[in-house]
Amino acid sequence: MELHALTIHALQDLLAKGEISSLELTRSVLDRIDGVEPKVNAYITLDSNNALVQAEAADEQRKRGHGGSLCGIPLSIKDVLCTKGLRTTAGSKILEPFIPPYDATVIEKLRNEGAVILGKVSMDEFAMGSANENCAYGVPKNPWNIAHVCGGSSGGSAASVAADECIASLGSDTGGSIRQPASHCGIVGIKPTYGRVSRFGLLAYASSLDQVGPLTKDVRDAAIMLKAISGYDPRDSTSVNQPVPDYTAALVPECKGFTIGIPKEYFGAGLDPEVEQAVRKGIALLEEAGAKTVEISLPHTEYGVAAYYIIAPAEASSNLARYDGVRYGFRDHDQHELLEMYRHSRSQGFGEEVKRRIIIGTYALSSGYYDAYYKKASQVRTLIVQDYAKAFAQCDLLVSPVTPAPAWKIGAKIDDPLSVYLSDILTICTNLAGLPGMSVPCGISSGGLPIGLQLQASHFAEEKIFQAAYALEQRLDLAGNKPEL
Amino acid sequence: MKITPEEVRYVATLARLSLSEAEVEKTTLQLDTILSYVEKLDELDTSSVQPTTHALALRNAFREDETRASLSQQEALANGPLQNGEAFVVPRVI
Repeated sequence: MELHALTIHALQDLLAKGEISSLELTRSVLDRIDGVEPKVNAYITLDSNNALVQAEAADEQRKRGHGGSLCGIPLSIKDVLCTKGLRTTAGSKILEPFIPPYDATVIEKLRNEGAVILGKVSMDEFAMGSANENCAYGVPKNPWNIAHVCGGSSGGSAASVAADECIASLGSDTGGSIRQPASHCGIVGIKPTYGRVSRFGLLAYASSLDQVGPLTKDVRDAAIMLKAISGYDPRDSTSVNQPVPDYTAALVPECKGFTIGIPKEYFGAGLDPEVEQAVRKGIALLEEAGAKTVEISLPHTEYGVAAYYIIAPAEASSNLARYDGVRYGFRDHDQHELLEMYRHSRSQGFGEEVKRRIIIGTYALSSGYYDAYYKKASQVRTLIVQDYAKAFAQCDLLVSPVTPAPAWKIGAKIDDPLSVYLSDILTICTNLAGLPGMSVPCGISSGGLPIGLQLQASHFAEEKIFQAAYALEQRLDLAGNKPEL
Repeated sequence: MKITPEEVRYVATLARLSLSEAEVEKTTLQLDTILSYVEKLDELDTSSVQPTTHALALRNAFREDETRASLSQQEALANGPLQNGEAFVVPRVI
């Protein structure tokens, strides 16, 4: 197999033995990008020259015996994370010229581990979307079938991993934005517990829900990446001061002693039969690995989408108030009155979905509607949190589909925002409760599109997720399965 | 209708957005669909339920009030669409 197609751990072996250099590896990935990027369109900003410089530096470090856990590994980064000196757009026209003066904490951590940053990948504008169709820089395509969406909002991350245009990627997940594109692109994606990973330098969408996490080619790579980015950060007051375990130590291919909950609400009407079949097969394999299963009820699941589409836009309307044409980004220089300058800069700079969510959020928080919408949604959020607490008193993990159906065709839902919102129903409650969740590949549909299986656990129980995901991955052996591009 | 074009215009003003008449019309229809869906929440009696704003029980995070390195004035201004080397320049306010 060519170097760009390999995993972090396979490449670390080759690098450690001196069989390859990071420079060769980085060149292999850049060649791959040259070859397939016209079809996939995953990157917004490619930083090739600087990537080669970083690769040489990594090779030097390794020679001196200082290589970190990601030394010399080329990664793509969702364009929502600040990278010092490298343009960061959040997929929006309003940030087209923005060059961050600092690195996000997670980027600092990746650099400390020796990672090579290739560039910034596509996303729905400000992470608002489920198909990566809301991006000012074009729509990335699903590497398995370029007529289909790659999912969103971390669509560029998922597409670049699946197409071998990087070795792994960082994304962010506010209502499923790591897990859903990972599922649609046949890769692994984990949204960590809220507070596990610093949000400093992550351009905020909905601060009580946002969390950064890795998208990778296999479970072991996800464990390596999550360890590298996790940990308390004094610059993020919501990050949690808890020791970071070595997640790779949890990669035991068995589930003895695990009780796996099957939430019946996640297998309801509207679930594609092929998705259900693939996930049920995954559950059977987890049983083979030693897990016991129990049916669980999360009765408020069906209210998750409604609660989310009040809470997230409400937080977004406040977070996105900072884009006003004064300190950074796009400004309408033709306006000579302050309020008009704000209004015109924002209206021209933001895309349709972002404006829609700002308006929903502003409406939900406005006087006279606050109790009916924002407060109500926050109370329903409590009911969802309580559902999970009851569930995790009976089981270690919840297993379900990630999405109701495989990736849809590009453009199929573009004029129907509610139908797109409803496709998030299986991933949204995880964020409302701040839990960790993973998508791990569990099959391919008859149409040739990947299907993912979701694992959710209680706060800071990522190790259980890794163990079950690894046990499943070992039994399914989908690892050699690659899209043809 | 849950929401009228007048309300959409008013909320757009609050949000410092400027919408064309065609956008107001489209937004009104889409918001109406979304808000009608959100009414689903009223099926639940939440009169005795405390709201959740953060899923983890977080306490106030205090730190010592110490001077630390921060961005230089030049770095802070570098992304300003209009600046004069000392400050961001905006249209005259008063």
